[in-house]
Amino acid sequence: MSKNEWPLWEIFIRGQHGLNHRHVGSLHAPDAEMAIRNARDVYTRRNEGVSIWVVPSNAITASSPSEKGPLFEPANSKVYRHPTFFDIPDVVGHM
Amino acid sequence: MYAQLVKSEGSKTRDEMTPEEIAFQERIDRGERIEPKEWMPEGYRKTLIRQMGQHAHSEIVGQLPEGNWITRAPTLERKAILLAKVQDEAGHGLYLYSAAETLGISRDELLEQLHSGKMKYSSIFNYPTLTWADIGAVGWLVDGAAIMNQVPLQRTSYGPYARAMVRICKEESFHQRQGYDIMMKMAAGTPEQKAMAQDALNRFWYPSLMMFGPSDKDSVHSAQSMAWKIKINTNDELRQKFVDQTVPQAEYLGLTIPDPNLKWNEEKGGHDFSEPDWSEFFAVIAGNGPCNEERLGARVKAWDDGAWFRDGLMAHAEKAASRRHAAE
Ligand SMILES: [Fe+2]
Ligand SMILES: [Fe+2]
Repeated sequence: MSKNEWPLWEIFIRGQHGLNHRHVGSLHAPDAEMAIRNARDVYTRRNEGVSIWVVPSNAITASSPSEKGPLFEPANSKVYRHPTFFDIPDVVGHM
Repeated sequence: MYAQLVKSEGSKTRDEMTPEEIAFQERIDRGERIEPKEWMPEGYRKTLIRQMGQHAHSEIVGQLPEGNWITRAPTLERKAILLAKVQDEAGHGLYLYSAAETLGISRDELLEQLHSGKMKYSSIFNYPTLTWADIGAVGWLVDGAAIMNQVPLQRTSYGPYARAMVRICKEESFHQRQGYDIMMKMAAGTPEQKAMAQDALNRFWYPSLMMFGPSDKDSVHSAQSMAWKIKINTNDELRQKFVDQTVPQAEYLGLTIPDPNLKWNEEKGGHDFSEPDWSEFFAVIAGNGPCNEERLGARVKAWDDGAWFRDGLMAHAEKAASRRHAAE
């Protein structure tokens, strides 16, 4: 068995409607160009996208699950960041 | 199913669980998704690798019986459709392999375990596709049975697995419909064509029922997998649903399901039906089905014959990268 496994790439696709590229999965390929070609076959067989990004998986730095609390909990107490926090009288019209 | 007889590791009672294990189980009970780098019991990880690996291998090996008919499809349109269907199955295998890799096993290790026989694939793909009608029966019954199992797995507890299942399910109904469409054509054709359709149903009916695996209502493995939400329904529940769904479809085709005991049971609100021959199932799983050697042989040969090509592309990529590096 060959020990020379192709590196892993993370695949991001932008759909038809001008939204951001979205992570759709990963695949193995020898280089970036082949990763794009393979991503076309693996992830866009039904017109799912108009643009593909490929990123070597080992180039991604992820937040660690144990940091979930310190990273995201502070936002919980800041409800005033949402427009519904404020009561605006109907008579002033749409705001 | 595509994953049959998956042994789960580490069935524990609440009292035997560590605080970490209890917290993990509570997350699952709340319906939370488990993501790759989060803590998980070793048994959960190992059972999932086994199940997802077997599922991926089934998608890949499952291309072979249908690939057999690509060059002999009756029209250019049927050929293009079958080619697209088989290409989807390759995609399903790839989604699942990369989801399994997030659990810390490499692609090469997964393939090596398939090739050595350590990991299995679904018993159904060890049966031959002898006529064009078999391609109809495979899409209708085999993909139909797969859908039964895959739809609930979209809610499975492991995030990457659930997301792969969502993609797969979006593509599956095309597979079943193209198969049923072939059956409709054959069943409405000449008497010989209709006889071919009936023959395909006769040969694929019981192997399709076997896809769900033997009854697991008393199995500790299944109970653990269900607690972890990597298995959602019992094998018997899914088999019953499949039979109830398929009976009217066969009736519409004017074909007869090869089971003299098949009849509606008002009381249970489902059909009574005969069990498949489970000794045949265990023989096929053990490697003694009609096509085991051929299927695994074809996989190993494709992998071995492709080695020079994979290595060549990798060598080229490394050379190009070092040239770019030197130029910087
Ligand atoms: Fe599939
Ligand atoms: Fe399929």
